[in-house]
Amino acid sequence: MIALEEVVTRFGTNEVLRGVTLEVPDGSTTVLLGRSGSGKSVLLKHVIGLIRPTSGTIRVDGHAIERLTREELVPIRREIGFVFQFAALFDSMTCGDNLRLGLIRQRMASDEIERRVVDSLALVGMPEVIDRFPAELSGGMKKRVGIARAVALRPRYILWDEPTSGLDPVTSATMDLLMQRAGQELGVTSVVVTHDLGSAFTVGDRVALLHEGRIRAVGTPDEIRASEDPVVRQFIEGRPE
Amino acid sequence: MRFPSVSDTISGAGAAALRTGRALADTSAWGPQLVVQMGRLGVDSVPIALFIATFTGIVLSLLASYIFTGMVPLYFVGALVGKTIMMELGPVLTGMALAGRVGANIAAELGTMKVTEQVDALETLAWDPASYLVVPRVLAAIIMFPVVTAFAIALGVAAGWITSVNLLDLSTAEFVKGLRSFYQSKDIWFGLVKAASFGGAVALLGAVRGLRATGGAEGVGAAATRAVTLGCEAILVLDAFWALVLL
Repeated sequence: MIALEEVVTRFGTNEVLRGVTLEVPDGSTTVLLGRSGSGKSVLLKHVIGLIRPTSGTIRVDGHAIERLTREELVPIRREIGFVFQFAALFDSMTCGDNLRLGLIRQRMASDEIERRVVDSLALVGMPEVIDRFPAELSGGMKKRVGIARAVALRPRYILWDEPTSGLDPVTSATMDLLMQRAGQELGVTSVVVTHDLGSAFTVGDRVALLHEGRIRAVGTPDEIRASEDPVVRQFIEGRPE
Repeated sequence: MRFPSVSDTISGAGAAALRTGRALADTSAWGPQLVVQMGRLGVDSVPIALFIATFTGIVLSLLASYIFTGMVPLYFVGALVGKTIMMELGPVLTGMALAGRVGANIAAELGTMKVTEQVDALETLAWDPASYLVVPRVLAAIIMFPVVTAFAIALGVAAGWITSVNLLDLSTAEFVKGLRSFYQSKDIWFGLVKAASFGGAVALLGAVRGLRATGGAEGVGAAATRAVTLGCEAILVLDAFWALVLL
């Protein structure tokens, strides 16, 4: 399970998170909504130890992430896949090598690595790009390869950073389908950061709203949709301030 | 865009050097890339180093002749060309040229990886960026700067010899007599040790500036510029250090 307790994060004088407490139950897909710049991506990076909080605790399977050294984080990171907003594919490598890199680190046999690479690219519907470089792909294709890279590791958790931002409606729907398949077929626990309401209510078992550095509301999609909280209503209805 | 202070840079480079030293233990991360980086940072830098060495040799022999004529036997041209190129101008000018090429290359490449989250992606795949990105580049530079410098020294001395024979009133035997009369084996290893230290400093500073890049294209450009400036400054400081310690 992933659990955040009173997480505070400051960058200089800018207090981005002001005491976030959130639990992500195993097997669930928890969607984190919030306006641009509300600290959603920062929160996601806390979970995998890319950014350390100013105070508070982030637990993954009981391990307090913020206290671990880089070496101690390695076995935990092997359980977590991260899908970056702009894919973050290594542009000097082919798509196949992008997937192989994480698998090589897990010291797998080479035939198992190749099987995982082929299977993972097939899962995202892109087996043909294995020998192509990221520069040859569109934004949506890069995102799908990024998903394949995360899925190839067979992680227990996947952290999705804005998986549908900047995509056309059809490709967005494909992303939603991939997130659902990751949960249903691979049994992955997901945390999805987005401000795409359609996607949030499609893929989320639970939806949380991050507002002014704190979790303002959390519940099932139906509960959030029915919320009377004016901040939640404003976000859902997309009303200007 | 704010440039870091000198103390920031020194402490940052010191911390990076320590972390790079610790990252050496992870040979599976940097081992497979070492030869690739040696090619990119070293072999590809040979033409510019040889170009500089050729003209340095030509100018040095003409300059020596101008200074010595009427006062010192002309075969001393060989001594001055040999000593100066082996001990000082070969390593320093090659280092400066490579600081521009190698330092900027490393800072721009790693800076781009940083601002496009590729460095974060590497970490999420359980690779240490210090082991995977920094160590192979620093080691490649430490190994290849002396190799490139050795070629530059050889060509610089050869250029000085050809100039002396063709443009000055000096025979090959006289040039070689001057070259050998003051030669010590230390002349060579002194220059090559300096070159190795220049390589380590240039690559490490390029990596430090690159991995600290922020804010997109402007940040990457600033990182590359700063890496070149710092690399050149580090070469001059190390040059003085080795002169004090080894001479």
